[in-house]
Amino acid sequence: MDRFAHSAANLVVGNPEADATLECTLTGPHLVAEHACLVAIAGADLDPRVNGQAAPIWTGIFLGQGDRLTFGGRRSGGRAYIAVAGGIEADRWLGSASTNLLAARGGLHGRNLRAGDQISTSREATGPAVSGHHLIERLRPQYFDHTLYAIAGPHVRRLDAQGRGLLFGATFKVSREADRMGYRLDGPRLATSGEELLSFGLTAGAVQVPHGGQPILLMADHQTAGGYPVVATVVSASMPVAAQLIPGDELHFQEVTLERARQMRLALAAALDTLR
Amino acid sequence: MPPPPSTRPAPRVRIHPLGDTALLAELGTRLDTALNTRAIALAAALKKRRDVRQAVAGYTGVTVHFDPDQTTPDVLGAAIKRLAAKRPPMAEPGRLHRIPVVYEGPDLEDVAERLKLSPPRIVELHSMPIYRVFLVGFVPGWAYLGPLPEELELPRRHVPRTQVPAGSVAIAGRQTGIYPLPTPGGWHLIGRTSVKLFLPDSDPPCLFRAGDRVKFFAAKS
Repeated sequence: MDRFAHSAANLVVGNPEADATLECTLTGPHLVAEHACLVAIAGADLDPRVNGQAAPIWTGIFLGQGDRLTFGGRRSGGRAYIAVAGGIEADRWLGSASTNLLAARGGLHGRNLRAGDQISTSREATGPAVSGHHLIERLRPQYFDHTLYAIAGPHVRRLDAQGRGLLFGATFKVSREADRMGYRLDGPRLATSGEELLSFGLTAGAVQVPHGGQPILLMADHQTAGGYPVVATVVSASMPVAAQLIPGDELHFQEVTLERARQMRLALAAALDTLR
Repeated sequence: MPPPPSTRPAPRVRIHPLGDTALLAELGTRLDTALNTRAIALAAALKKRRDVRQAVAGYTGVTVHFDPDQTTPDVLGAAIKRLAAKRPPMAEPGRLHRIPVVYEGPDLEDVAERLKLSPPRIVELHSMPIYRVFLVGFVPGWAYLGPLPEELELPRRHVPRTQVPAGSVAIAGRQTGIYPLPTPGGWHLIGRTSVKLFLPDSDPPCLFRAGDRVKFFAAKS
């Protein structure tokens, strides 16, 4: 979901950014290092601890054999990413190591991890195991600012002036119906006009408005096609922030130009480049 | 003698941004086999480009996911317009799938009542056409088939079911389809099939591909 945190965690430990990481939603696992390894945690702050001692996030941490990595509880954000130097060994499906629960493929046998599972690295770590390598604070995403920058969508004209004003002005709240497919948003209803659309391909970040007017923000595991009007699309640089939202969080959409979206995307890429 | 030049005008393409890493190229808005053929051909041509990560044909357009480090929406948009103006290659007839259906769906009686047709007539009408696969997507293995005979046209159920069994054969509007996995669904269930549509260990992992043809036939339970 949060590709920036996923990539940063990998780069901090010297992995290619596309290596598999563990995505931990709201709570973190208890992990025991069976061999010495270098790990990094990025994204949400779930209060990581090594043998009970507070450990930093966005930072390479050396674990000796028998060391325990645990999490005290959620302090901010929704999803933390754990990378291990050498990459995490995972099943690949359709060119991805991601777990798809619906298809029961990818990751570890296509399912959530459970107590007792053994996770291994896919290769020997190449670089020296240097702990302390980190993403400087200034370059970390501003997760606490829940402004989602967005480009007006193909069907924005199906909103009247008032509806458009609400879309880019009102405060919405992530409802309890929120998962990796998407978030239903509570807040003002957006009335759309016009005939039913024929289905078309969708993208993560699309804000679609079904009958009834309750918008849905599509996330990483979104359906690949749909026929509801898309009134806005959150830009790629705001998707890490969207990925860290949890039910009850408030957010608002702010319209930006494609040029501004490009600058924001390049700023995130430059932040990752400092880790290479 | 050379064939006469095509008199069908190239469709006007409307290009909309879908955020900063995707575009929606619309060739039209009508349910139309020729438009869909063009959309499938355009998606195939776009997939060959290095700056395109994925191109997904919809009913009447293409959603193009691009690499923003290699192109801009303006450059790619102009390229899409050039490609769309080309006459598409002669569409090859898609593969034909014959699908056995046990027409005992939970909504068959209700559909018959609402359409003022007998259940056997529903079966007859549904299994008569050779449908086209307009679009593959939504959930893994799902394919939008159509057009459904006008006599069978019904709006979606007012309240969608929270769980539809896999293999359910369903209709809605001018479309028909088969639920590949147990998912929520708002279509009318008129039958079921044992044919597996989602093939997770094949590539692509779906039995149907856009442009394929599908013929249903009544089978005994």
